[in-house]
Amino acid sequence: MIPAAFDYHRPTDMAGVLSLLSEHGDDARVMAGGHSLIPLMKLRMADVPHLIDLQDVEGLSGIDVGETIRIGAMVTQADIIDHTGLTASAPILREAALQIADPQVRYMGTVGGNVANGDPGNDMPGLMQCLDAQFTLVGPDGERTVPARDFYEAAYMTERGDEEVLTSVSFAAPKGGYAYEKQKRKIGDYATAASAVQMTKDGGTCTSASIAMTNLSDTPIFSENAGAALAGSTVDETAIKAAVAAALADIDPTEDNRGPVAFKMHVAGVILTRAITRAWSRA
Amino acid sequence: MADKMHIKLTVNGTEEEFLAEPRELLIYTLRERLNITGPHIGCETSHCGACTVTIDGKSVKSCTMFAVQASGKDITTIEGLGTPDALHPLQEAFKEHHGLQCGYCTPGMITRAAKLLEENPNPTEEDVRFGIAGNLCRCTGYQNIVKSILAAAATMNADASSSSDAIGQTKVEAAE
Repeated sequence: MIPAAFDYHRPTDMAGVLSLLSEHGDDARVMAGGHSLIPLMKLRMADVPHLIDLQDVEGLSGIDVGETIRIGAMVTQADIIDHTGLTASAPILREAALQIADPQVRYMGTVGGNVANGDPGNDMPGLMQCLDAQFTLVGPDGERTVPARDFYEAAYMTERGDEEVLTSVSFAAPKGGYAYEKQKRKIGDYATAASAVQMTKDGGTCTSASIAMTNLSDTPIFSENAGAALAGSTVDETAIKAAVAAALADIDPTEDNRGPVAFKMHVAGVILTRAITRAWSRA
Repeated sequence: MADKMHIKLTVNGTEEEFLAEPRELLIYTLRERLNITGPHIGCETSHCGACTVTIDGKSVKSCTMFAVQASGKDITTIEGLGTPDALHPLQEAFKEHHGLQCGYCTPGMITRAAKLLEENPNPTEEDVRFGIAGNLCRCTGYQNIVKSILAAAATMNADASSSSDAIGQTKVEAAE
C-alpha cells in the first residue's frame, strides 16, 4: 500500500510549523507519531500534499508533574507508562495507556496525536474529559486553551483550527480512586466500550465522581449526570445503577463491526459498573 | 511534486545513504532498496508485527513509518541480531524450543523479543505475552514462542552473570 505522493517537512521549531501551515492551508497536516495518519494515507483515505513531521520540534516532549500536570503533545504512550512520577500522581494515565494498541504502537503513538485527531475510538480524549483537562493550542494568533470537555464536535471534527497545533494537555493532579476500563475484541482494537472514572470519598460517602466514555458516540462523552448520581451516595448498588443509567442516557452508539446498538449499550453498562466499582475500591 | 529527498540511515551498523520519495515506507526501503529481507510484509496495516525493527531503542512496525522519518536514526533488524554461525540466544532458543513453524512471524517476533528482554531481563510469562502482543503468529498458538523467550532470558541472564567480569572490562574500555 503506497500513499499518494507528498512533500515532507521536518521543521525544528513551532514558528516553522506555523509558517508551513499558513503557507499550505488545507494541504498541510502535522504528524506526531503517525500511527493514525499513515494508515489513513496508505488507504488513501487521507490526502496530505504537505506532511509536517513534528519529531524535531523543540519543547513538545516534556512531562511536568506538580499540582498541575502538563504533558507535551509528543509524549508517547510508552513514555507515560514508564514515568514513575506521573504514575504516582495520576495513575489513571498509565492504566489507560497500557490498554492502547500494542507495544510497538505505544512507542510511537503520542498524547497529542491521540487527543487532537478526533477519532472517537481514541482513548485519551475520554480520559482527558474525565480529568477536566485543558488543551493548549498554538496558532498564528498566539496561544489559547480549550477545555477537553468542549473540544470535540463530531468524529474527526474538533475546536482546533486548521492553522493551529495542539502542543500540550494539562490538568489538576487527580485525587482519590481511579479506573480506566476498556472492552475490546482483541489487542490493538479500539474499544467496544470504555470508561474513565475518578472518585473521591470522605468516610464512606462519595464526595465527587467524574465519568467519561470512549467510542460510544461520535465524540467522547463526559456524563455530568452520572457523576452527580454517585456524589453524596455510599456507592451502593442502587447508586451505581443510577449512575450507569444516567451515563447510558448520554451516549448514542452506532452499529458497526463491533456489534449492534443494543449490544454496545449492554457492554457500556458492564464497563461502567466495573470502572465505578474499581475506582471506588481505590478511593 | 514530491522531490526525492536525501535520506541517511544506519542499518545494522552500516551507514546507508540514498535518494527516495517521501512516501517510501521503511519496510520497502529495507527489503527492496537495501535487500534486507528479514523484516517481512505481513498485514501492512500495523497489526501483525512481521515488519518489526528496532529504531533508536524502540520496537517499530516499519510498514507504518516513512523512510524519511527514520533519516538520521539507527535501525536494527533480525540480520543485526545474530549470524548463522553465532545465533543470538533468542534464535537459539526458538530453534531449541520449536518457537516457529512456518517462520513468517519469526524475524519480527525475535526482534521485538530482543527489545523486550533488554527492557525487562527477567520477565514473567505474563510480561512476555503482554510484551509480544503486537506480533501475530498463526501457527504456534504462541505457547512455544513464550517458552523460547523465557528460555532465552534464562540463558542470557546466566551468560551475563558468568561473564560479568568481561562486561565490566568492556564498560571500562567504553568509558575510556
